[in-house]
Amino acid sequence: MSELRKTPLFEAHESLGGKIIDFGGWALPVQYSGILDEHRAVRERAGLFDVSHMGEIHIKGPQAQAAIDHLVTNDCSKAKIHQLVYSPMCYPDGGVVDDILVYKLCEDDYWLVVNAANTDKDFDWVKRNVSGYDVTVENISPQVAQIAIQGPAAQRILQKTTPCDLSSIKFFWCLPDVEIAGRKALVSRTGYTGEDGFEIYCRPEDARHIWDTLLAEGKDEGIVPAGLGARDTLRFEVALPLYGHELSPEITPLEAGLGFFVKLKKPDFIGKDALAAQKEKGLTRKIVGLELMGRGVPREGYAVMSDGKQVGYLTSGAFSPTMNKGLALALVTMEFTEIGTELDIDIRGKACPVKVVKTPFYQKSYRKE
Amino acid sequence: MSSKMRFTSDHEWVELEGNIATIGITEHAAEELGDVIYVELPAVGDTFAQGDNLAVAESVKAAADIFAPIGGTVTEVNDALEDEPGLVNEDPMGNGWIVRIDVDDVTELDDLMDEEEYEEYLKEEEQ
Repeated sequence: MSELRKTPLFEAHESLGGKIIDFGGWALPVQYSGILDEHRAVRERAGLFDVSHMGEIHIKGPQAQAAIDHLVTNDCSKAKIHQLVYSPMCYPDGGVVDDILVYKLCEDDYWLVVNAANTDKDFDWVKRNVSGYDVTVENISPQVAQIAIQGPAAQRILQKTTPCDLSSIKFFWCLPDVEIAGRKALVSRTGYTGEDGFEIYCRPEDARHIWDTLLAEGKDEGIVPAGLGARDTLRFEVALPLYGHELSPEITPLEAGLGFFVKLKKPDFIGKDALAAQKEKGLTRKIVGLELMGRGVPREGYAVMSDGKQVGYLTSGAFSPTMNKGLALALVTMEFTEIGTELDIDIRGKACPVKVVKTPFYQKSYRKE
Repeated sequence: MSSKMRFTSDHEWVELEGNIATIGITEHAAEELGDVIYVELPAVGDTFAQGDNLAVAESVKAAADIFAPIGGTVTEVNDALEDEPGLVNEDPMGNGWIVRIDVDDVTELDDLMDEEEYEEYLKEEEQ
């Protein structure tokens, strides 16, 4: 695997017994002790994730906010300093370039945090589409490592490593220059698990020290290192969309159920006309949750059938460790999307009954006050 | 690990007692697969030729086909796996067995590896 890119925590993963896989060109652990163990640890205690592969794009200049509001579907104009905005970023036809987090670090100074596999594509897209604005755009991904601490015990553990009062960082807010284990980091109360927790952005050379300190300080609380496998099952249970699955150039944010993050009242953004037209005409398909009635494991790509006719396909599927059953997210023709609708999915040629259910499958426990 | 066990290149094991073969997946396969959460089992009475798709072991991340190391008729399936699929991880060569079959042709076992050959095969596969 010598050709794969390594995060600053690669040696830590190896010494912790992480099972390293090729994740979009990155050498990252899919699991350490086991996906089910790690999943439960995050729901009940805490888990530590290396997400250094995520991309960061730095946009600054007098027109930074206007440029970003041109790029994304959500409204960033009302964000306060240190506040975050989640948003899809669309093509003119309404398909999705990526879904991103916008960090407002100060006036005229923003970070876009993007999906790892999309970093280069996003950087090109952003540069190309803000050329008319007075901003500078820089891909700072190689200079930024990222560690996520997630779970009900996350704040207690992280608090042991910092003089900063973490309760002052609210959900979807951040604080730069926080001292974590003696090193400077940007900390936000965010995550991708449906649990309370933080994402810590630091210099690559500080990542190992912060990682080791958090594992040591969290030992009594039962923290475990958690891999990409658990990250996926955790986000899946709370129905957070994953780019390349529920979002793609072929699926619009409206179809993905992200209408809340598409502000059609905004004067202008890329994809606005297409999305406004789609909303006006009404959707022909959308993402729904499915619950498998019998035993088995629904998986991405399986066909959704009604009376033997295909009416959709699974964008994500899994055995839910928390609910102990097979669940799926599926893109389904509109007339079959009502809660309670009985359908089948094709598992290796066998029609297995499913029912349309509400999402998220598992209630998020974010700390919002 | 019994010395009578034979192994396939797909990492199934088979152990013959009289004319009945017990079949499962190896420790190596179980480890590679990760937490097994569901095993799709055949029905008693189903017949399989050597190499046929016999069962499917599904872990959180992947579905893995289990192929018949030897042809025959299913006489028993491991019902315990319905409630405890994790037995495949905990004890793949024992309580995590998958099916028992009444063997058609015992000489098909000659195609398979013995324990020593399988260990050697694993080492080669690692490189």
